[in-house]
Amino acid sequence: MYFWRRAGVYLLAIGAAFFCAAPFLWSLITAFKQNRDLYNPANNPFVFNRPATSDHVLYLFTKAAFGTFAWNTLWVGLLVVLITLALSLPAAYALARLDRPWAGWFGIAIFLVYLVPPSLLFLSLSRIVVAFGLQDDTFSLVLIYPTITVPVSIWLLIGFLKAVPRDIEEQAMVDGYSRLGAFWRAVVPLTFPGIVAVIVFAFTLTASEFIYALSFVSPSTEKVISTGVPTELVRGDVFFWQSLQAATVLVALPLAVVFNLFLDRFITGFTQGAVKG
Amino acid sequence: MRQRLADREGTLAWLFLMPSVIYIIALVGLPFLLAVGFALSDVKSGDPSFDFVGFSNFDAIFDDPVFWRSLGNTFLFTGISMLFIVIFGKVLANILVADFKGKWLVRFLVLLPWTTPVTLGAISWLWLLDSIFSPIDWILRQLGLLGEPGALFGAQSNMYWLGEPGLAMASVIAVHVWRLTPLAAVIMMAGLVAIPRDLDEAARVDGAGYWRRMFEVTIPLTLPVIAVSALFGAIFTFTDMAVVDVLTNGGPNNATQVLTSWAFFKGIDGGDVGQGAAVALFLFPLLLAAAIAILRAVRRLEVR
Repeated sequence: MYFWRRAGVYLLAIGAAFFCAAPFLWSLITAFKQNRDLYNPANNPFVFNRPATSDHVLYLFTKAAFGTFAWNTLWVGLLVVLITLALSLPAAYALARLDRPWAGWFGIAIFLVYLVPPSLLFLSLSRIVVAFGLQDDTFSLVLIYPTITVPVSIWLLIGFLKAVPRDIEEQAMVDGYSRLGAFWRAVVPLTFPGIVAVIVFAFTLTASEFIYALSFVSPSTEKVISTGVPTELVRGDVFFWQSLQAATVLVALPLAVVFNLFLDRFITGFTQGAVKG
Repeated sequence: MRQRLADREGTLAWLFLMPSVIYIIALVGLPFLLAVGFALSDVKSGDPSFDFVGFSNFDAIFDDPVFWRSLGNTFLFTGISMLFIVIFGKVLANILVADFKGKWLVRFLVLLPWTTPVTLGAISWLWLLDSIFSPIDWILRQLGLLGEPGALFGAQSNMYWLGEPGLAMASVIAVHVWRLTPLAAVIMMAGLVAIPRDLDEAARVDGAGYWRRMFEVTIPLTLPVIAVSALFGAIFTFTDMAVVDVLTNGGPNNATQVLTSWAFFKGIDGGDVGQGAAVALFLFPLLLAAAIAILRAVRRLEVR
C-alpha cells in the first residue's frame, strides 16, 4: 500500500513535470538543428539526423537584436521594480499599520484597480504616452508598467507587514525613533522576504507584459523581449524557428531559476495576504 | 518640529499613500475615463479630432457579427480554460506539497510555463503545432493514427492544429491552461500550507482515508482560496490576448477571435480608436461582476 502510494506520487510528479516542460525540451532540440534536418517531415523530429549546429543560436546575437531586447527588458524591469517598491511599500504600511478608519475601503479600492486590465486601457494610454512625447521609446514602459505592478504589490505587502509584530515598532519608538524612523529602521528590514517576493513578482509580470509593449513601441531597437522576439524573428511568413526556440530557452531558464529560489517566500506572502488580510 | 510631523499618524498615512494614489488616478483613473470618452466619439488614428457621436460606435460593433463571435469565444475560452486550470492546478498543488526526492527539479520544470514570458511560451507551442513539422503529427503518423487511408484521424498527413476552427480553439485553450496551471497551483499551495495541521491530524486519527480527508477537510477548507484564484485566473484569461495573438491572430476566419484581440485589431491595427474602445469597454461590466464575486469570497474568508 505504502509502496504504491509512493509510486503514485512519483508517477504524477514526473508526468506533471513532463507536460509542463515538454515544449521547452522540444525547443532545445530544435534550436541546434540544421535547416536541412529540421525541414524534412520524414525525419524523426526528436533526434539529430544531421550534426548539431550553433549557427542559429549565434544568429540571435549577431544578426538579430536579441541582446538589445534582453537589455531593454532588464533595465525596464529593474526600474519598474524600484518604482513599484517606492510607491507600494509606504502605501501598504499606511493601510496595514497606521490605523486609519478608511484603510479597509482603501484596500478594496486598490484591489479593484488591479482588476482594470491593460486591454481596457491600452488605447487611451497610448494617447497619453504620445502626449508625454514617449511614443516609440522604451521609457514609456517604465512610466506605464507600475500601473500593473503597484496594486498587486500593495496587496502582497499588506500581508507581510501585518505579520511583523507591533512590539517591534513600539520598542523602536521607545528607543527614540520617530514613527517614520521606526518604519524605516525596524519594519522594512523585517519585511525583507515580502520585498523579495514583490521584486520577483513585479519583474516576472513586467517581463511577460505584451499588450502595452506592442502598442507603445515599434522601432526594433526599443523593443523588449516579449515583443521583440516574436516580431523580429518572424519576417512575413518566414519564421527563424531555431533562433526563436533558442531565445525562448535562453529567457525561460534564468527566470524560472530565480523564481524557484523565492517560491516559498512567495507562497508565504500569498497566504498572509489572503488569510490574514 | 520635524520629529513631530514624522510622528503624526494621520499625516503620515496620507503622505505614504499620496504617491500611489496620484499615480493610480493619473494613469489608471484618467485613462479609464478617456476610454469611455473614446467609445462615445469618432476618434481615429488618422483623424484625432474628438467629436461626440453618442452610442453609434456601440451600434456599429453590435451590428458586426465578428463582435458576437468574439464575445462567445471569450466566454468559451475563459470558461473551459478555468475549469481545466482549477482541476489541474489542484492536482499539481497536491503533488508539489508532497515529499519526494528530486522535488526541486520537478518544481523548477513545473514553474517554467508561467515564468516564461507568455509570447515566448506561445512561440514554442506555435512550432509544436506547426502545420507541417509538428512532432505530434509525426508521432500520430508513426502510430498509424494519421496519414494512412482508414486511420483514426484521417488520411491527410497533418492535423493542421491551428488551421481547423475547432482544433484551433482547442489548441489556444490548451496552451492557456498549460501556461496558467502553475500559477493556480502556487496559489492553491499557499491555501494548503495554511490549513492547520491538527485538523488534518484529527481527521486522520478518526480513521478518515486520503480521499475522505481530501473531500471533507482539505477541499472545503481551501475552497475560498480556490475560488479566489479561479476568479483571478478568469479575469486574467478574460482579458488576455497574447496566446491568441501569437498562435492564430484570431483566425482561422475569426474562429479564435476574443474581445481583447478584436479591440486591438479595431483600435490599433484598424485605427478606429472609438470602436476599439467600445469593444474594450464592453469587458468592464463583466469584470465588475467578477470583482464583486471575488470580494464576497474574500469576505467569507475573513469571517472564518
